[in-house]
Amino acid sequence: MAVIADLSIPFLAPTFRFQWEEVQNCHVILYPEGMVKLSASAGEILRRCDGQRSVADLIIDLKQQFPDHDLGPDVKKFLEEAHEHGWIRTR
Amino acid sequence: MSMAGSAPVSPIAVKPPLWLLAELTYACPLQCPYCSNPMEIAKYKNELSTEDWFRVLQQARKMGATQLGFSGGEPLIRRDLEQLIAEARRLGFYTNLITSGVGMDENRVRAFKEAGLDHIQVSFQASTEELNNFIAGTDAFEHKMEMARQVKKQGYPMVLCFVLHRKNEDQIRDILDLAVALEADYVELATTQYYGWAYHNREQLLPTRAQLAHAEMVAKEYQEKMKGRMKIYYVIPDYYETRPKRCMDGWGSVFLTIAPDGTALPCHAARQLPGLEFPNVREKDVAWIWNESPAFGRFRGLDWMKEPCRSCPEKEKDLGGCRCQAYMLTGDAANADPVCDKSPLHHLVTEQVERVQQLAGQKEFEAKPLVFRNMANSKRITENA
Ligand code: SF4
Ligand code: SF4
Repeated sequence: MAVIADLSIPFLAPTFRFQWEEVQNCHVILYPEGMVKLSASAGEILRRCDGQRSVADLIIDLKQQFPDHDLGPDVKKFLEEAHEHGWIRTR
Repeated sequence: MSMAGSAPVSPIAVKPPLWLLAELTYACPLQCPYCSNPMEIAKYKNELSTEDWFRVLQQARKMGATQLGFSGGEPLIRRDLEQLIAEARRLGFYTNLITSGVGMDENRVRAFKEAGLDHIQVSFQASTEELNNFIAGTDAFEHKMEMARQVKKQGYPMVLCFVLHRKNEDQIRDILDLAVALEADYVELATTQYYGWAYHNREQLLPTRAQLAHAEMVAKEYQEKMKGRMKIYYVIPDYYETRPKRCMDGWGSVFLTIAPDGTALPCHAARQLPGLEFPNVREKDVAWIWNESPAFGRFRGLDWMKEPCRSCPEKEKDLGGCRCQAYMLTGDAANADPVCDKSPLHHLVTEQVERVQQLAGQKEFEAKPLVFRNMANSKRITENA
């Protein structure tokens, strides 16, 4: 079931914490008694889930910053996963 | 710190701790007989100050610890808990409060939120008032229910914890129904860990095989039913297995526990192990304790192992199991955890399980009273020991 459409506006769920970890040298998701280390691209995507940008805007933004990568489908796939884990919600 | 002239010792890269478990106090209004605190709680009265804790938080965070658990005893007893939470949040910890719920009210739950607390785990002793209050040794059930509702209402992820044993194992369905009714996000069906008081009471607490099979079936049913809404963790108690648990994810590898008096431990039960001198955060900083203290290095990695672990192909998987269990049951902390059926002392575990299996339900056996966890019992038992 696809919940991530171009116009949906993703934001981080308040019951998770997303932050940069210096020692791990990556972004992480923190939740009760657990932590997920994120890949660099996952971190870049989640960093942009600010409740302002739509998925389409977010992809444009990523393309500007990483012009050599065709990100579209991967971004959506990752956002679907993030949504399934409950890390993000959409409006 | 290599001395001039000595060959350079290549240090094994020690990964920094990810988890800091701050046992703020051993004081507790509850008296759970399954408590895994040491029996000697009455001896450790000299609690760390607020400033001590601030320092520990800063040092551990600097090393890279991200998860922080405030536990005890009952951490709510500490009047400076709000301050500690605020400092932890400022440092960037994900802060977990592990509590019975006794000692807070709506306002304090809100004050914690304002201080930046991320998560409250409320533990229940059972699903009914009567059994809950009996096991807790106090009248707390209604209050816990109210606190669980407050946790949810104030926007925390709600984690409920039920410690399972023979006296409540059969309530598993009611326990899960209670969790559903309270709209828990996570439910931990924690199996009793047989350390401290729980070890002392193990004959009264070890479940029967039939109870476990039933509990597992019901847990699975609810895991299916609540998929996507409520995450249910259920682990089979290791006494009933043939391979040990990967205890603490490795000695000195992920978890750093600081006891109320400042003693640093690789796990909260480790204090009982003989021949180890555990450093105190009043005297040493966390980096030294973690990276260089002999106690934290003692069982790190695989080199300390004896047979059968040393030549075992599975040693990286379970790391030989739990050091405390090896010590408590076999008398030597460097032995294989006797839960493992490759251990020549595995019978020490199976005999206990069999004994309970035979005798459970018999009137005389069940009539043996539980020893409740409180300071009076602590004094009585440990002074006579
Ligand atoms: S297990 Fe029970 S007695 Fe032990 S610290 Fe927790 S609430 Fe207190
Ligand atoms: S012998 Fe030791 S390493 Fe091998 S499975 Fe048993 S406990 Fe683990």
